[in-house]
Amino acid sequence: MPLFTKETTAIIYGMQAAAVQRMLDFDWMCGRKMPSVAAIVNPSSSEITTAFFGSKQILIPVFKTTQEAYAKTKADVFINFASFRSAYDTTDEALDLPFSTLVVIAEGVPERSARLLAAKAKKLGKILIGPATVGGIGAGTFKIGNSGGTPEAMIAAKLHRPGSVGFVSKSGGMSNELFNVIGNTTNGICEGIAIGGDAFPGTSLLDHVLRFEADPAVKMIVVLGELGGTDEYRIAEALAAKKVKKPMVAWVTGTCATVFPTEVQFGHAGAKSGSDKESAQAKNDALRKAGAHVPKSYDDFGELIHKVFVEKVGPVPKESVQPQPLPAEYKDALGKNKVRRPASIVSSISDDRGEDVLYNKVPLTTLLNEGAGVGDIIAALWFKKKLPKFASEFMEMTLKITADHGPAVSGAHNAIVASRAGKDLVSSLCSGLLTIGPRFGGAIDDAARYWQAAVKEGKTPKQFIDQMKEQNVLIPGIGHRIKSVSNPDARVAALKAYAQKHFKSRKHLDFALGVEALTTQKKGNLILNVDGCIAALFLDLFDSCPEFTDEEKDQLIQIGVLNAFFALGRSIGIIGHAIDQKRLQQPLYRHAWDDVLYL
Amino acid sequence: MAQRSIREYDGKSILYAALGYPLEGLLADASTDWTKAAKEHPWLKSKKLVAKPDQCFGKRGKNNLLLLDASLEQVQKFVKDNAGKKATVGKVNGILTHFLIEPFVPHKTEYYVAFQTEAEKDVVLFSTEGGIDIEDNWDKVQKIEVPVLDAAPSLNLPVKDKAEKKLVEEFILKVFQAFKDNDFAFLELNPFTIVDGKAVILGSVARLDDTAAFKGKWDVEFPAPFGRELSKEEQYIKSLDEKTGASLKLTVLNPKGKVWTLVAGGGASVIYADTLVDLGKGSEMANYGEYSGNPNDEETYLYAKTVLDLMVKGGGKVLLIGGGIANFTDVAKTFKGIIQALEEQAPALKKAGVKIFVRRGGPNYEKGLELMRNLGQKTGIPIQVYGPETHMTKIVPMALTELKA
Repeated sequence: MPLFTKETTAIIYGMQAAAVQRMLDFDWMCGRKMPSVAAIVNPSSSEITTAFFGSKQILIPVFKTTQEAYAKTKADVFINFASFRSAYDTTDEALDLPFSTLVVIAEGVPERSARLLAAKAKKLGKILIGPATVGGIGAGTFKIGNSGGTPEAMIAAKLHRPGSVGFVSKSGGMSNELFNVIGNTTNGICEGIAIGGDAFPGTSLLDHVLRFEADPAVKMIVVLGELGGTDEYRIAEALAAKKVKKPMVAWVTGTCATVFPTEVQFGHAGAKSGSDKESAQAKNDALRKAGAHVPKSYDDFGELIHKVFVEKVGPVPKESVQPQPLPAEYKDALGKNKVRRPASIVSSISDDRGEDVLYNKVPLTTLLNEGAGVGDIIAALWFKKKLPKFASEFMEMTLKITADHGPAVSGAHNAIVASRAGKDLVSSLCSGLLTIGPRFGGAIDDAARYWQAAVKEGKTPKQFIDQMKEQNVLIPGIGHRIKSVSNPDARVAALKAYAQKHFKSRKHLDFALGVEALTTQKKGNLILNVDGCIAALFLDLFDSCPEFTDEEKDQLIQIGVLNAFFALGRSIGIIGHAIDQKRLQQPLYRHAWDDVLYL
Repeated sequence: MAQRSIREYDGKSILYAALGYPLEGLLADASTDWTKAAKEHPWLKSKKLVAKPDQCFGKRGKNNLLLLDASLEQVQKFVKDNAGKKATVGKVNGILTHFLIEPFVPHKTEYYVAFQTEAEKDVVLFSTEGGIDIEDNWDKVQKIEVPVLDAAPSLNLPVKDKAEKKLVEEFILKVFQAFKDNDFAFLELNPFTIVDGKAVILGSVARLDDTAAFKGKWDVEFPAPFGRELSKEEQYIKSLDEKTGASLKLTVLNPKGKVWTLVAGGGASVIYADTLVDLGKGSEMANYGEYSGNPNDEETYLYAKTVLDLMVKGGGKVLLIGGGIANFTDVAKTFKGIIQALEEQAPALKKAGVKIFVRRGGPNYEKGLELMRNLGQKTGIPIQVYGPETHMTKIVPMALTELKA
């Protein structure tokens, strides 16, 4: 009886994304209509997961319990990737559900637990494969977990379509090797099962040999046994009793054990040398005597399989079934230089792919070791430059000066209202930042554009003021609500002082001051305000740094980079206000209605 | 891992804990502080004693390694005289190190009971004529088979005295339960007896299934089989193996052997060893070993380094880096560790004229094989590299040809 058809579906216990994808890849190559993985059981989460079926991404439901997964999918096979600790309980539970085949992958399941599971499965008439196995494969129909390896290996072994050879082994690793040997010396595998390397597997070699005997699709049987245990004798008995009549090629590994000076525990728990009766030689002899074709050594195994197939089954046919082409995995194809794709995002300021993040191509640790300040980091990330110390210090000074201007200005006010409404810190910050614009804090860029144009065109302050008046535009950067000639703004004074000391070029400042000299004659509060001063000084800073080309300067002003200084600096104050309100546990703000003019 | 022998002392400790009465026993070695021991175990002075080596071998009476009806002084002398001494048991030579000291129990009847595991059943063997001649009286042993899923069997043992029959049967059922509960793989009590209405285990042999260690029901040390002391390197690989979810195995067969192997997979490793033996070079086979279950590159590095150090020390000539077509083990990743170890030992390997043969398939194998070829070019060590298109064991005859040349 074959274990699998093209309609067989499975539930996978454990998050095994790679194994699931390989199963689906196999399904696709075989031309299955529907994917073989019906659901995943993951006790710790029921998040959905996706996998590719061909080039289509499909959803694989995840359930917290096997019971629920079964109820929703009615799958035929249970593939248990649970660890040796929980393999018993999870399999025992699954045995009570109507699965026909169950597979236990874990190595290190206690023998008594394995024997209990095997006995229960047998009693219920179910096939239990494992523990300590990779599983097996129905060529062209269904693949258990990682059996058969990569798509390339499966194609090389012709597992995408059924052949006529039933294969069973103890070893999971060798099963894949033999799939390849059989795929290339006969018409291929019909079904291949690795029963697992433990002393007490859920099903024995003989169990599967008898199934192959009963399956009309199987024309020849190949068995790879191993020293230790007596399973191979039971096969010999079945051969002798004519319970198995199909041609059989068999080999029992471990003939080396007799020359070993002491008892050696081989890689598999069940492979224990020591007893003569359980030795590989004795078992090979018994199989040979019972009528199996047994080679002289493993080296001749493939040739003998070929010879027996040709003699007893027929000539090896020419390959006619091609696998349904599988789309390449993007990452693999990229690694092999087989695909290319234009990038969706271009980035030129930083790179986090290496061990150390790069800011404008300089490792962050180098910047830190050089004692870089915030101004230097801004220079790297905003201007992609390393600027002289006076420039980075000026930028830091701008941040300090613009950091806050009390709770009443619109940015702080908004943040206070938001914070008191119970919004989190970032939301409060954002609500404050969103007020920055043409009327609040956004005058720097505007002012800079005017100063720059006027200076470039060689206008006098008088000509400039006249022009603005003509166009009926208020001069950005001029005028203050409270400050005046007699009550000067200390912030502007500090900025001017710094520029006098450090800047090579001050022509924009001088121009702005020239404008101020005229406007303050009209009204005392039409002074050069902090926005206008910062605007003029950044233009002078650009001119003082040969690192900037004229095109770069124009572009930066165009982009509006100067407002960014205000946004960044003022963020410090806005965050402070948001924190302050929370610290003071201020209740929801409601504007007094007597302060509203209702029309 | 698998079934492992444990000391008689540990086996009895587990059983007595299950039976509910204290074990009067002491595991002694050359360093035992007898004054302290006598304080902790008053019976050492108040009772006559038995002493015997406790190192997982039997027939101690027949090998003159059994001290009966002795005083504490005699026991001390017995331990002192025998500790560190070579002993031959059957064909195996080993050093005596551990001794079990118990009260001497005068008794009339010697019962035999053993518990074995088979795939579908447990087998209970019982005889009223136990003791050292049990094998000569094997035809009198009664065999009771208990299917795995069955509850405890109802016993009807051929013990004449009715009261004693009940005690023996109760005892056996209790031990059977303990056998199952504690994941014993084999247990033999030979003999046990009934003294003052209580069963006393006089001699015992036990194997535990070490995969059940995680259940935390016992915490015992598994001694190496008698006469098979693990070498430093084997011990090291064993400790690595116990720490990882992957599998790492190493047995040094002949430290002066010319052929060394680094093989992936429990199945493939046996076949490489078979092929060497088939081709008549079993005596040149230096090691048996395998790595599998997707070990990380640090684990394969440490594993390969250990093997290569041994190889360089022993004067090995060819190295087989073999394996089948892996199911899910990343070949390039496991090779990375091996290559790192090879690079470190490259000067010594080159000087010794070592030749390397590689055969492997599986996930990412092209990259793995390329790394190996590059290593050959970089270090100048002759490396021949083959993939899944080459028969798995073909590199063995190739390597052996080199050995002749």
